[in-house]
Amino acid sequence: MKIAIKGLKILNPQQDLNIKGDLLIEDGIIKKVGDLTDEELSGAKIYELDNHYCVPGLFDMHVHLREPGREDEETVETGCNAAANGGFTAIACMPNTSPNADSSEVVRYIKDQAANHLVNVYPIGAVTVERKGENLAPIAEMFDAGAVGFSDDGVAVKSAGILKSAMEYTKMYDAPIIEHCEDESLSDGHMNESAVSTLLGIPPLPSVSEDLIVMRDILIAEYVGARVHIAHISSKNAVDLVRQAKKKGIQVTAEVTPHHFTLTDESLKTYDTNYKMNPPLREEKDVEAMIEGLKDGTIDCIASDHAPHSSEEKEFEFIYAPNGILGLETQLGIALTELYHKKVLTMEQMVEKLSINPRKILNIPIPEIKEGEKADLTIFDADAVWTVDLKKQKSKSKNSPFDKKLLTGKQTATICNQKMFIDNEFMDI
Amino acid sequence: MPLSSKHLLGLSGVPKEDIQLILDTAVTFREILERPIKKVPTLKGKTIVNLFFENSTRTRISFELAQKRLSADTVNFTTSSSSTKKGETFKDTVLNIEAMKIDMIVVRHQSAGVPQFLTKISNASIINAGDGRHEHPTQALLDMYSIKEKIGKIDGLKVCIVGDIAHSRVAISNIAGLISMGAKVSVCGPATMIPKSIESLGVTVHHDINKAIAENDVLNILRIQLERKAGTNIPSLREYHNYFGVTEERLEKNNKDILILHPGPINRGVEISSEVADGPYQVILDQVTNGVAVRMAVLYLLGTMN
Repeated sequence: MKIAIKGLKILNPQQDLNIKGDLLIEDGIIKKVGDLTDEELSGAKIYELDNHYCVPGLFDMHVHLREPGREDEETVETGCNAAANGGFTAIACMPNTSPNADSSEVVRYIKDQAANHLVNVYPIGAVTVERKGENLAPIAEMFDAGAVGFSDDGVAVKSAGILKSAMEYTKMYDAPIIEHCEDESLSDGHMNESAVSTLLGIPPLPSVSEDLIVMRDILIAEYVGARVHIAHISSKNAVDLVRQAKKKGIQVTAEVTPHHFTLTDESLKTYDTNYKMNPPLREEKDVEAMIEGLKDGTIDCIASDHAPHSSEEKEFEFIYAPNGILGLETQLGIALTELYHKKVLTMEQMVEKLSINPRKILNIPIPEIKEGEKADLTIFDADAVWTVDLKKQKSKSKNSPFDKKLLTGKQTATICNQKMFIDNEFMDI
Repeated sequence: MPLSSKHLLGLSGVPKEDIQLILDTAVTFREILERPIKKVPTLKGKTIVNLFFENSTRTRISFELAQKRLSADTVNFTTSSSSTKKGETFKDTVLNIEAMKIDMIVVRHQSAGVPQFLTKISNASIINAGDGRHEHPTQALLDMYSIKEKIGKIDGLKVCIVGDIAHSRVAISNIAGLISMGAKVSVCGPATMIPKSIESLGVTVHHDINKAIAENDVLNILRIQLERKAGTNIPSLREYHNYFGVTEERLEKNNKDILILHPGPINRGVEISSEVADGPYQVILDQVTNGVAVRMAVLYLLGTMN
């Protein structure tokens, strides 16, 4: 099938590409980048998307797909549908499923479930068996089965000893350890420790719990010479620690979620469990530190920590409700609204943080926008004003605090694997 | 003038006029409690459910007596298991009870925020009887009533709350209520039991029990929860008693005019010595009696709003 998309702002900082032009795609392969002649347009399905951005397919490196185990909350398929709807052509999924992705079998199972989808799924394998922090999981086998990084997400790798061992091992494959930074002995609470937690009477989680593990992991990464990636960074001190470590040349990278660069713990005053997540929403100074970190490059990328939960569980009493919110379908809109339109980041930087850097961290080739390449693209209208409507989202779950939120910037077309998602429909191209 | 809300979820943010109205109304009910027949027909025909997800015999009995003396129909629902363990979610439990057409719910729960959540799924008036470590408004109201009864005013008094502030729902309610009524409030206890940024609620913090006694008109002594493992927050109950316990010797040395409150149940020899618990400074059992009157006032004011 032949597709022509006209009037695009084609942008890929990795290729130093920044032009206004058209795109011709045939059977999933880019045939031309630039102005199309009448001859080239003949027989093509033509889309007029004037001034929409066209960038290398967006990549969300922190997603919970819930399959295997909690298919009532999300499956690989529904999660991928949500990704496509949010403008992502690829995602990395965390291993805290049931069973855990701590074997090559589960890694392969997840890849198989996604085999025919538009969206590429890259599993993250567990660092330790059942993520218990005691014995190393079969890292090499999982790597060969397609795992691109390793994490005990949900918890930090339990002890410094096993983490050192894991880093020595993953270093052989140049794969990062992705850390959920939380010191277990400081973490029996349900929201950030602050004046707000005191007022609300919710058992608190101090931010130093995150900072301690960030520090520990940076020191071990330096000692071993391995790579560590800080997942969902949320505290000011943690950003400062990463900034200093980068200056020293330590191989540390970091991601931030849209909720951590936009919301504070003040949101919890309604006891709405859609604001309950881990790491918890922190304070204004922390949100400012996230913005600063994104600006100066301390924070490499934006990731959603997409965490679907059933409505009945999110309606539990506050202290019993599970942590986490959806993210795939609001991430691009929030990032454009809060970072691009507010002039925190340029569009080039946005593309780096939403597409290029996650792939660099996980050693995944960056799609190029040029003749002969497979089309792996995201097209979005940076100025489209829309209202989030959870009922229209593709995710199986509905736990998001962003319902009814007005955003500026929305996915138009997601293209990958000879498929295109446009106008709320998948089509083979 | 009626109360400004059909619920009593806490005292934070409640207007002074509402607190004043409850305390004034309680005076009438306090008199009724001295009569041979302690029952009035005020809430006849109203149905109240006491929804207790956490054991609390005293608070429940106090509420139940208050309801019976107002001639309301009352039902108790008591369970210590949470929704995660029980099979039926908390929301479904409440929707079931709601379907039986009730007028008011008195709720006690180990999670902060449950009373707020109830207002979203129920049409009944919600009274918070203690949610997690958040608020326990009727306890603070009865504490204030007892202060007023004994000293004649609250405005301008210096009140210190002593003990485990961090795990106390009584503290937050007292701080909000007392400040709103014009008292100067401080908290005193080991630093491990003072929650972060408590100063933002308008209180001062210190760690010297003798100073607390010397500089205040009223001490409200919180219970040290024995079930909480000693060794993490405080080295031992003995050390707590030695450094923060309120003893007769300390009172006589520092301030003989002080008024001692304790929400109970008391731990003799821990936060309060037996001599003080039974002595002339305290009004611990008056607080219990006043509790019934204050709860009658709250139930009456909320139950007759429409």
